[in-house]
Amino acid sequence: MSAMNDEKSLLRKIHIDAQLLLALVSLMVVGLFIIYSASGQNMDLIVRQAIRLGLAIFVMMAVAQIPPSFLAHRAAVFFTLACLLLVAVLLFGAVGKGAQRWLDIGFMRIQPSELMKLALPIMLAAYISKRPLPPSIKHTGIALFLVVMPTLLIAKQPDLGTSLLIAMSGIFVLFLAGLSWRLIAGFVLLVSALAPLVWYFYMHDYQKRRVLTFLNPESDPLGSGYHIIQSKIAIGSGGFWGKGWLAGTQSQLEFLPERHTDFIFAVFAEEFGWAGVIVLLALYLWVIARGMVIAAQAPDMFTKLLAGSITLTFFVYVFVNMGMVSGILPVVGVPLPLVSYGGTSMVTLLAGFGILMAISTHKRFLRDA
Amino acid sequence: MWHRRRRLAMRDHLAEASLFNRRALFSLFVIVILGAILLINLHSIQIDQYEDYQTRADGNRIKVLPSPPNRGLIYDRFGRILADNATFYSLEIVPEEVADMDQLLSRVAELIPIEESRLDDFREQVKHQWRKFEAVVLKSQLSEEEASIIAVNQHKLKGAYIEARLKRYYPYGELTTHAVGYVAKINRKDADNLELEGKTARYEGTFDIGKQGLEKYYEDLLHGEVGYQKVEVNNRGRIIRTLSEQAPEPGQDLVLSLDIEMQQVAKDALGENRGAVVVLDTKDNSVLALYSNPSYDPNLFVHGISSKNYKKLLNDTDRPLINRVTQGRYPPASTIKPIMGLLGLHDQMVTTKTRIWDPGYYQIRDIAHKYRDWKKWGHGWVDIYRSIEESCDVYFYDLAVRLGMDRIHEFMSQFGFGQHTGIDIYEESTAILPSREWKYGRYRQPWYAGDTVSIGIGQGYWTVTPLQLAFATSIVANQGLVYEPKMLNATRTKTGELPVPAVDRKPVEGVSEHNWQVIKTAMHGVVDKITGSGHKAFQGAEYESAGKTGTAQVIRIAQNEEYDAEKIAEKYRDNALYVGFAPVDNPRIAVAVVIENVGGGGKNAAPVARIMMDYYFANYPDNPLEAYKNVSNE
Repeated sequence: MSAMNDEKSLLRKIHIDAQLLLALVSLMVVGLFIIYSASGQNMDLIVRQAIRLGLAIFVMMAVAQIPPSFLAHRAAVFFTLACLLLVAVLLFGAVGKGAQRWLDIGFMRIQPSELMKLALPIMLAAYISKRPLPPSIKHTGIALFLVVMPTLLIAKQPDLGTSLLIAMSGIFVLFLAGLSWRLIAGFVLLVSALAPLVWYFYMHDYQKRRVLTFLNPESDPLGSGYHIIQSKIAIGSGGFWGKGWLAGTQSQLEFLPERHTDFIFAVFAEEFGWAGVIVLLALYLWVIARGMVIAAQAPDMFTKLLAGSITLTFFVYVFVNMGMVSGILPVVGVPLPLVSYGGTSMVTLLAGFGILMAISTHKRFLRDA
Repeated sequence: MWHRRRRLAMRDHLAEASLFNRRALFSLFVIVILGAILLINLHSIQIDQYEDYQTRADGNRIKVLPSPPNRGLIYDRFGRILADNATFYSLEIVPEEVADMDQLLSRVAELIPIEESRLDDFREQVKHQWRKFEAVVLKSQLSEEEASIIAVNQHKLKGAYIEARLKRYYPYGELTTHAVGYVAKINRKDADNLELEGKTARYEGTFDIGKQGLEKYYEDLLHGEVGYQKVEVNNRGRIIRTLSEQAPEPGQDLVLSLDIEMQQVAKDALGENRGAVVVLDTKDNSVLALYSNPSYDPNLFVHGISSKNYKKLLNDTDRPLINRVTQGRYPPASTIKPIMGLLGLHDQMVTTKTRIWDPGYYQIRDIAHKYRDWKKWGHGWVDIYRSIEESCDVYFYDLAVRLGMDRIHEFMSQFGFGQHTGIDIYEESTAILPSREWKYGRYRQPWYAGDTVSIGIGQGYWTVTPLQLAFATSIVANQGLVYEPKMLNATRTKTGELPVPAVDRKPVEGVSEHNWQVIKTAMHGVVDKITGSGHKAFQGAEYESAGKTGTAQVIRIAQNEEYDAEKIAEKYRDNALYVGFAPVDNPRIAVAVVIENVGGGGKNAAPVARIMMDYYFANYPDNPLEAYKNVSNE
């Protein structure tokens, strides 16, 4: 018993949440296996991904060392910096795939929208938690302004998927802070009223096409509907037990596009079947449940809101990816977190989990102080 | 409660925490619901619709490719290959894959020589392409060097491919064309026919089909059964592995009765002359030789004949495309006199004792017109023997008129005139055995007695094919037994050889042995008697043969004019004919020879028949011949 406690306290001293780490690493390992299969046994990719994961875990552990109070105090600075970088992207950003998302600062390229993924919930959590809950109309309004500003900047790049997910992370803070149901209802009405305007004035052709394809993929089986049709064929032909690792025909014979990135879930479902899907979903739920427990046990409202928002946003990533791959959501370029190959997003994601770990391990220290 | 909190402006941390917890719980609840929705949807895809998606996944990856069968080979009676399958390289272009056709063609022309006319033909073929994404041959029969040049430059030639294909090759070229025929590319008409006969599936992956001769007649035997290969492909259509295979069943080989050497002998004997030679084995009327001169190279058609070459063949005044043996329609002239005589004997219009005075012409009572004998001053008194040996016309003018056309038509029909002989090629004419009905149908005129006079010597409306002549001669040799002429002796598969039985027809019945013998004796006399019209040609032959010469007028000669070969343009000169069989007793072969515009049959056609018979008896020494030789040497 004492040995275990010692071990726990040792992990606590280096600010690691054991359960969360175990769940995250499990998902990463699953990811490596699927990437290996989806890339046609490309060991190079595995090595690169492993390095990237190692780096991300390092970032997570580094972030975990930062006391949450530090984040609360510097929230406005982070947020302002992220906003300025977003403006800079629009002015000087590098163009790739018809969108401006990167800033080239000589030795590396940075993607300010990734920074914003953390800066916004930190900012909102800090802002809201300083005021009594539930937030008043006025503070809600200011908070919404803080949400809309970066959202529009990112949507302008254009990166609709990311902008919506970032908006979500802010709204989750407001929701967890007790935003009144009446306001939520009004908000939903407003969004549905604005949707047609966004459709006509704000969306690019390829974005519209994605939505149309989602509504009826069979209308264009060789064009934009191809992805989703092939994906569903992969998933469906997996059956209950799957075709076995490295034995998925849709993936191995390359009928499935974006196999090791956005559509990796289809590869998983094809090779491991519905049974595998249940296990994978359970792993994700474990991460989410642990995140919510951390939030519930967090020492103050800032950390509660921040931890809650990070956890819920994580779920949204998982849900949106799985939903799009299995055809119940439109195709947006969202990878399956921790499993998909590549991405700056992996570092951001684990930095987020670093914050969760910090919240989970620093509270005792705070209480003691 | 919320109002109170706002009024107090004091933070109730416990209440806030419980508010947060409620919202967090609610969130967790929503997460579980959404997760359940995901799982239920995946269940529906993976479990409920599993079969559907499984089928679609297999549809993606499994392709069924036809493996066309190898076409059966064709051998002559001694196993020499007349139609072979050989690998040829061809440069083929898929027009749909070509961005700029003119550019591609000029690039190809820089690499390998291509005739300008070939390019024109190619453009024409592209226009008339009927299957989408089907390759059109730009150049066939590439040399190995040309093929490798193209292969090396493949990357510059998008849409162009070097294909190595098994193609028909006819090693004897023009020697076999009219008998064996040829294969060529399946065209739209062929495809429609295949569709009509429900054979489209059998021809998947097959490019060529029999167009002429035996190749067409025995298409079903030669083609074989298509096989299939089930393969796994990736999304670019590349074959990853073969899943299962059903091997094609090659076509059956054909073993013919033809003797390719005898074909060569016939060709040499005809030389430059236009004409036809056919030799039948009287045992079953299997064809030993069937040659029509001039001929042409069938290999040209296999690789897609150029329009220039085709026009040349089409416009050639010697008409090489016509199979003279089966499609040439010639007046039979005196060659039908033996059968006419047989009918006279059978109907007792004449007997061996009957003699007729030939003054050199024949007149129907009360009509001034004189039907002249070829011998201006006449043969004098002639009986049935002399009339055949010396080919007296007046004897047969008289006999024909007395028999009447109806009876002649009826009897001659039994010898196959005016009908298909049943030979195993489709290019066969029935020619014309005239009749009262035929003339009325054709000319809306009644049949005149004068028409019958000409029929007596095989002129007038009567035409025959050389094959019909040989066929009828064989019936005489066999004393009434009728077998359809066939070139196919046996079919051969992996399991062995299967002989093809002879097809017999209703024999000529009721003719007495005596009458047959009279006619055979008379025909023997044609060769054997010093006065016989075929005597000179068969002098010194080591076998006893029987025959009949024929000399057919091509133009009508005016009443008082004389036929002078020297003065008449070549195309108006007489056709020379000869029919014969040998040995006289126990006949083994029947021969018919027709040579166009060379003059008398005895002088021109009989020697060719002699050559054929000499060749036969020198090279087929087995069975009765030995006995015959032994007897004759004594």
